Amino acid sequence: MSSDSPARGGISRAEVAHLARLARLAVTDRELDVFAGQLDVILGAVARVGEVAADEIPPTSHAIPLQNTFRPDQRRPSLTQEQALSGAPATEDGRFRVPRILDDEPPMGSSLTEPDVVEGRPA
Amino acid sequence: MTDLTRLTAAELAARIHAREVTAVEAAQAHLDRIAAVDGAVHAFLHVAPDAALASAALVDAALDAGTPPPSPLAGVPLALKDVFTTADMPTTCGSKILEGWRPPYDATVTARLRAAGITILGKTNMDEFAMGSSTEHSAYGPTRNPWDLARIPGGSGGGSAAALAAFEAPLALGTDTGGSIRQPAAVTGTVGVKPTYGGVSRYGLVACASSLDQAGPCARTVLDAALLHEVIAGHDPLDSTSIDAPVPPVAQAALRGAAGDLEGLRVGMVRELGGEGYQPGVERAYRAAVARLEKLGAEIVEVSCPHFEYGLAAYYLILPSEVSSNLARFDAMRYGLRVDAGGQSAEEVMARTREAGFGAEAKRRIILGTYALSSGYYDAYYGQAQKVRTLIARDFAAAFEQADVLVSPTAPTTAFPIGEKVDDPLAMYLNDLATIPTNLAGVAAMSVPCGLAEEDGLPVGLQIMAPVLGEAQMYRVGAAYEAARNADDEGVPLITRVPALEVTAP
Repeated sequence: MSSDSPARGGISRAEVAHLARLARLAVTDRELDVFAGQLDVILGAVARVGEVAADEIPPTSHAIPLQNTFRPDQRRPSLTQEQALSGAPATEDGRFRVPRILDDEPPMGSSLTEPDVVEGRPA
Repeated sequence: MTDLTRLTAAELAARIHAREVTAVEAAQAHLDRIAAVDGAVHAFLHVAPDAALASAALVDAALDAGTPPPSPLAGVPLALKDVFTTADMPTTCGSKILEGWRPPYDATVTARLRAAGITILGKTNMDEFAMGSSTEHSAYGPTRNPWDLARIPGGSGGGSAAALAAFEAPLALGTDTGGSIRQPAAVTGTVGVKPTYGGVSRYGLVACASSLDQAGPCARTVLDAALLHEVIAGHDPLDSTSIDAPVPPVAQAALRGAAGDLEGLRVGMVRELGGEGYQPGVERAYRAAVARLEKLGAEIVEVSCPHFEYGLAAYYLILPSEVSSNLARFDAMRYGLRVDAGGQSAEEVMARTREAGFGAEAKRRIILGTYALSSGYYDAYYGQAQKVRTLIARDFAAAFEQADVLVSPTAPTTAFPIGEKVDDPLAMYLNDLATIPTNLAGVAAMSVPCGLAEEDGLPVGLQIMAPVLGEAQMYRVGAAYEAARNADDEGVPLITRVPALEVTAP
C-alpha cells in the first residue's frame, strides 16, 4: 500500500462519476452530489479494516471450506426456449433481440476498445 | 370459533391433520386477515388467493383420501419473501428492475414448500435486493411495524416479519446476508433463524452477496421455526455451496428445550456486542434474558471476540463487492426492465435501464463495490476485508472452545421511526452490528423475543449463536428461554402483547 493510501484519500465526485460509468449506471448530477458525500463517509468508516495488521493472515473468500463440486456429465432437463425467453424485453425469431452493440462513433471497425474499461481514473 | 390466525403453526397443523379444520379454511382465514390489515401494514407485495386456495384444497383432498400429511406443516399458510423465485407468482426483490417478472422456475426452497403441502399466501416486501435494515429501500413503499405503524419492521425481511406480527401468516421465509432475518425478528417480537451457511439451498434465491446469503425460517415460536427449518434445509445438488450432511434434528431439540433444563450447557456472553451504541432498554432486557438462562441451569461465561469490532467495516466492503458483481446480471437484455428510447446502443440502454430500475441504496452499494474491487484499491479494501473475515472466524472458533452457544442482543436498538435513518447510510448500517459477524463466519444464529424495552415498550431480541451445523443446541436454548420467559409473563408469548390493528373492511 502506498503512502497516499485510499484509507485517507476519500473519494471525489469525479471518481464516483467514473465508477458509475464502469458499473453502467447513468447517474444524474444530483445523485453524484449526494453519493460522493455519502460514499466518502462510508469509505472513511470501512477503511478501518486497514487498522488490523494482518500480513500473515490468509484471506477468507468463503466461510465454509469448499472443494470443487462436480456432477456426472449427463443431460438433464433445462428450461425450454420459450421459458428462457419468457421474461425478455424483446425477442425475434426465438432469440433475445438486443439494441445495436456498437456506438455510431467511432465508426465501425476503427476500434473495439471501450474507453471506460481502460486502466486509470480521473485525477 | 377459534380465530385460526392466532394459532401457532404446530397447533394449526394438528387441527388440520385431525380434520378439525380444513387447509382451505386456514388459508381463507389468513387471506381475510391480509385483506383486513395489510392496507395499513403493507407486508405483502403480491397476494395469491387462487393459488393459495388451490394448494390448500390439494392438501385437504389428500387428507380426505386417507393419505398421511406430506409434512408436519402440511396445510399451514406461509408468507414468502419476494427474493425466492416462484413460477406462479411475480418475483421482484423489491426492485423496479424486476417489476412484474415471472420467473420460469421455482427456487429449491419454493419447491420444498410445495412438496411439504405448505400454502404459499404470497410474496413479502423487502429492501431492494435485500439491501437495507428497514424495508424503506423497497421500490414499492415501506412495510410498517405492527407494534407501531410509524416505525420500521426491520430489514431486509421486514415484510415477512411484519406478516407474522400482524397475524397474516404463522410462518414466513427470509434470507439473511447480514441480519435480514434476525433483526426484523427482533424488532417485531418474532423468531428468526439464520442457518449455517450452506444449510439451506440458494438455488432460485436472487443473489445479494453469494458468500453470505442464507435462507431461513421465520415464525412466532421457536418450535414453528424448527419445523419449517426441517422442511427447507438439506443438501441440494443445484447449489454448489450446499452442505452434503444430515439436517440437524432441530424440531426434537426445540421440544427438548421447552422442557426447560439447560444443566451442563455453557452460554458465552460476547463482551464486544454491547456497550456503546446499544440502547439501555435493549441491554437491560438482554441481561435479564441471560439471568433467566442461568436460572435454567446454564453456566454463563464471558467470551471476548476482539475482531468483531471490524466486522461491520469488512462486511460493507465484501458485500458491496459481491453485489456489484451479482447485480451486473440486470443488463436489460434477457429479462427485467428495459428503458429504450430507440436508436441507442446496448450500452446506453443498459446504463439508462439500471439508472431507472435501481434505487439509491442499490446504486450506492454497486458504486462502492466497484471501487473496492478496482485496480490499486483491491488489496487495501477487499483483500484486507477478507483477512478480517479470517480473524472473525478464528474469534468464533476460540469462543466456541469456551461455550456451547454465544449470546448477545440481536440489534442495538428497538424499531426506529420510518424516515429517521433512510438518508444516513452509515447510521442504517449500524443496525447490523451484532448480526454481521455470524454471516462472515458462516455459523448459525437465531433471534428470540426477549421482552420489551423499558423506555419505549418495543420488542427486543436475544441472539443465540452456534457453531457450523450446531443448530440443535441453538434451538434447544431458544426453546428453553422462550418457555421460561412466557411462563414468567402470565404464560403468554410476547407477541400476544402486540397492539390490535385497526381492521378495515375488505
